[in-house]
Amino acid sequence: MTAVDQKVDKGAKAPVKPIISFRNVSKRWGSTVGVDNVSLDIEPGEFFALLGPSGCGKTTLLRMLAGLEVPTEGTVLIDGEDMGDIPPNRRAVNMVFQSYAVFPHMTVADNVAYGLRIDRVAQPERDQRVQEALDLVQLGHLAARMPDQLSGGQRQRVALARALVKKPKVLLLDEPLSALDAKLREAMRFELSQLQQKVGITFIMVTHDQDEALAIACRIAVMNKGSIAQLGTPSDLYEFPASRFVADFIGSVNMFEAKLISDKPDEATVACPELEPHRVHVPHAVLGQETSSVWVAIRPEKMNLHKDAATPPAVPECPPAHNVAKGEIKDISYLGDISIFHVLLDSGRLIRISRANRSRWDQDSFVAGEKVWVSWGGTSPVVLQS
Amino acid sequence: MAQKRAPLEYNRMWQIRAWLFAVFFFLYAPLVALIAFSFNDSKRTTVWRGFTLRYYEKLFGNESLLTAFANSLTIAFVATLISLVIGALAAVLLWRYRFMGRTVVEGAFTLPLVVPEICMGVAMLLFFTRVLPWPNNLIWPFNLGSIIIAHVSFCFPFVALVVGARLASFNKEQEEAARDLGANDWQAFRDVLLPHIHPALIAGGLLAFTLSLDDFVITFFTSGPDTVTFPVKVYSMLRFSVTPEVNAASTMLILLTIVLMVVMMAMQSRAQKKTKG
Repeated sequence: MTAVDQKVDKGAKAPVKPIISFRNVSKRWGSTVGVDNVSLDIEPGEFFALLGPSGCGKTTLLRMLAGLEVPTEGTVLIDGEDMGDIPPNRRAVNMVFQSYAVFPHMTVADNVAYGLRIDRVAQPERDQRVQEALDLVQLGHLAARMPDQLSGGQRQRVALARALVKKPKVLLLDEPLSALDAKLREAMRFELSQLQQKVGITFIMVTHDQDEALAIACRIAVMNKGSIAQLGTPSDLYEFPASRFVADFIGSVNMFEAKLISDKPDEATVACPELEPHRVHVPHAVLGQETSSVWVAIRPEKMNLHKDAATPPAVPECPPAHNVAKGEIKDISYLGDISIFHVLLDSGRLIRISRANRSRWDQDSFVAGEKVWVSWGGTSPVVLQS
Repeated sequence: MAQKRAPLEYNRMWQIRAWLFAVFFFLYAPLVALIAFSFNDSKRTTVWRGFTLRYYEKLFGNESLLTAFANSLTIAFVATLISLVIGALAAVLLWRYRFMGRTVVEGAFTLPLVVPEICMGVAMLLFFTRVLPWPNNLIWPFNLGSIIIAHVSFCFPFVALVVGARLASFNKEQEEAARDLGANDWQAFRDVLLPHIHPALIAGGLLAFTLSLDDFVITFFTSGPDTVTFPVKVYSMLRFSVTPEVNAASTMLILLTIVLMVVMMAMQSRAQKKTKG
């Protein structure tokens, strides 16, 4: 997995000095590898997300920034400064913990003031900054409350205010939304990105929830088994995944094993055993060896359903009888805004197709048990080599 | 009309109520008798001859009994302080670090809880006569040193146990948050961990204090002629006869224990209310 899609700055901007740099960072505990030779630059003012399944090393990476974990090898730079053995209390970053870690024996205001009190910020300034931070997260009216009188969402705001009041160069967020219920999570996503724009500092978020990362982050590093599988903007990752892991982890996908039949500069054809006798045509080169095995990934929303007919439906800009498959609708999940169709292909393979319910009667147009044709445009499939 | 009993409403069964009454009777009747007879106007303790406070007056005039009482309070106070420090540190050590022989150390800490008291007493006697002879001509309160050390040895495991149980519910991210916000190790301990174990320190201190105050067996073996504690003194008074004066002395000890219990439980519930969450 070497194809890391490094995004190059478009336009003529001078290269920005990264606020965070990981240089060949590894972390091992005995024979367990937590982080495996990660190099990563994060630009100032970014909302960056580290995304991956549990145990992929994303939290370890974040804790290394905070100084709560020391890398076995490599260096971590914050604002160009090697962090080396600098302890957590002398780093210009602050963290919002997964459990929020609000101090239960202090009032909301005392929680927020804690960092300033440790730094010996004098009284009038301290009160003013606490009030500003609380107003920033809309908790100004609850300053005198104890944490056990707050809801989960409010406690998270206390943790945010407590970290932001110290005016860090970078704010670290460890699974910030995982403990909230679905509705609140949705609202907090929006609020977090609003907050980041308002304070203008770099936010780095760790999450296992791809929706969350796609919705908030400017750039995402997808991590797997201790290393970065792909780095890019949300749409880069979704539309141009570099590997099967990324295609599978971000969103849902129909993945087919395939063989490369022909590979020309402006078109290629692959054969998938599960889609035979039809083949898949893409209007670009794949740059693999012919007959080498590849994978074809197609997103559910990029496939179309057609009523049963004797001849396969024509797909624009594709040779006839390409990019189609025949099957039977097994099950329909009606989700309101979209419906998900589970289609059993003639080869015995079950695929997912999602379809927006754009008119109020759309859901009636296909029924379970119906024979259908499935098609997809030439630009829909992603051909992956690994 | 009597309502039907719900499936788990055992407290409404007469058998349970009778059982409860029996338990309380055998628990408290002896104590009530002891207290009642301390007001008995008679040299013998068995026959009631009218109310008097004479034995309490006599008690407060008894120089050696008062000395024993002062000794007991001093020992309990000092032993509690030392036990709190050692016990809390031991609990934090066992909770925070994984090291070779951790289970062995943990077991060693609880040993004084399971070793029969009489063995502990004899061991202490041997220790303070043969291994580390405690000079017996020191001025008060330094002559109590050997008893204090003996008491600490069986009090601190209780503190460690209570504090250890409390630590299990500590969210380590709170300490990390304090460090992240600028606190050094000591500040994080003082501002976050210490408030969390505060109720356990009160409970452990209460346990240690009452254990030390009431202890007879181990103290009996470690006390000398000049270092008599209250329970040992009461025992020596008993050897001649069970007089109402002994009853009065015991009543005072019970009263003191109860007052201490109530005060510290009130403190504990207040502290717990503060650190809830």
